Amino acid sequence: MKEELFVSGRDIPFIDPYLNIWHWQIPLYLFLGGLAAGIMFFAGLFLIMGKEKEMETTVKWATFLVPVALVLGLFALFLDLKHQLYFWRLYTTVRLESPMSWGAWTLMFITPLSFVWVATYMKEAIPGWHWRFSILEKAEALAIKYRKVMAWLMMMLAIVLGVYTGILLSAFNARPLWNTSILGPLFLVSGLSTGLAAIMWMSKSHYERKVLSKIDIILIGVELFLIVHLFMGFLAATEVQIEAAQLFLGGQFTTTFWVFVVILGLIFPALLEILELVGYKIPIWIPALMILFGGLVFRFVMVEAGQITRFLY
Amino acid sequence: MRYAMAVDTKKCVGCSDCVVACQTENNVPNGYCRDWIVEVVAGSYPNVEIELRSERCNHCDNSPCVRCCPTGASHIVEGGVVLVTHNECIGCGACIQSCPYDARYSHPEGYVDKCTFCHHRLEKGQQPACVEVCPTNCLYFGDLDDPNSDVSKALRNRKWKVLAPEAGTKPQIYFLT
Ligand code: SF4
Ligand code: SF4
Repeated sequence: MKEELFVSGRDIPFIDPYLNIWHWQIPLYLFLGGLAAGIMFFAGLFLIMGKEKEMETTVKWATFLVPVALVLGLFALFLDLKHQLYFWRLYTTVRLESPMSWGAWTLMFITPLSFVWVATYMKEAIPGWHWRFSILEKAEALAIKYRKVMAWLMMMLAIVLGVYTGILLSAFNARPLWNTSILGPLFLVSGLSTGLAAIMWMSKSHYERKVLSKIDIILIGVELFLIVHLFMGFLAATEVQIEAAQLFLGGQFTTTFWVFVVILGLIFPALLEILELVGYKIPIWIPALMILFGGLVFRFVMVEAGQITRFLY
Repeated sequence: MRYAMAVDTKKCVGCSDCVVACQTENNVPNGYCRDWIVEVVAGSYPNVEIELRSERCNHCDNSPCVRCCPTGASHIVEGGVVLVTHNECIGCGACIQSCPYDARYSHPEGYVDKCTFCHHRLEKGQQPACVEVCPTNCLYFGDLDDPNSDVSKALRNRKWKVLAPEAGTKPQIYFLT
């Protein structure tokens, strides 16, 4: 029997005809968070492995992007709030059930940490740099002494941050497209890959780029696997999730997703990286830019499409 | 105590009096509403069936909107009523995303707003404005723990359903069919 449905007396801004309450700020925030997480993770990893010399860009120079990305990300999040005067309320309670809450707290710890990390490399980055107050000099010496501890902390927090960017969405079971636990790992891996892309773009060392692109190829492989998995899961699930998957399998997001995210954002750059590894000369900025752009589009598509998927009406 | 509401879909005529009563009672801004009418038309002429439903926040027992709120602005008070404290809400929109019924909206002043079961009236021992005003008396409100309440009696004597039970929120607005 065919059913037709009318909702009368309702045309609420941003809610009807379909939900559109999160705009560009949230996907940008998720992208910058993932990017920062990626850079921090590898900086920590290679420092702990004792590769500070060989992987200089990874451990030192690329991390200068992290505080910038995090501050911009937080600013984007702030712009998205509709009751901005009460922003501080985020930091008067800890609510573990709410991803928004523990994400905000994670950022509260990871942002200062990234500033300290960068500060310990200031003198190497800018010859002749000195801290204006002697207390800062002492603090720097202390931070340098405990760099390894910071590296461990950074790696762990980076994983939390990376997973959080996915869980922020997957915790909403009201939006069938988001309600899958694959989103956590998928956003983490994608974030790590965009982080690598940024580092590779900055790196001048052939050796370093080679190491990083090998890791990146594996990450992209994992990402593709997770994407296939995501859709298999949807198609084997309930009606609302099958409908959610249809948005990408013939529906309005099909081209954007498969062309810009999967082909141009994952498969193509991975092929270029492989070609580079076997000896062809490929300007690194091409695959790097494609990965970054693909990651950004991915988050935009997921946030927008997710809001369209629903249980009723 | 567990407040709940039953909506008689057979008696509702879709006049929208409940919608207007709520807008007036709660000073709902122009263009917004906390309750609304859904009309479901099934079949084709001459075998047409129409179901009319007056819908609002379900004051869910397992409320995702309360769980996902980072500040605790969305909270549950006695009787299971889900409320939003305006000056704790940062307007992040998480609760709006989390509601399978799209029962929440962002108030032009920034905070999130929705049906309160007219909590201010309940405190005075009155019924919600929509219940009071319904000309066909198709809304039953009361305490589910009290077997003599209007809502308990209505649910005892009729078949009923809830909306999107598969979303797992344990909604507390019942529709008599
Ligand atoms: S209907 Fe929506 S807003 Fe109301 S309690 Fe349930 S989830 Fe929360
Ligand atoms: S919009 Fe307000 S009530 Fe809703 S989750 Fe955010 S802080 Fe809580």
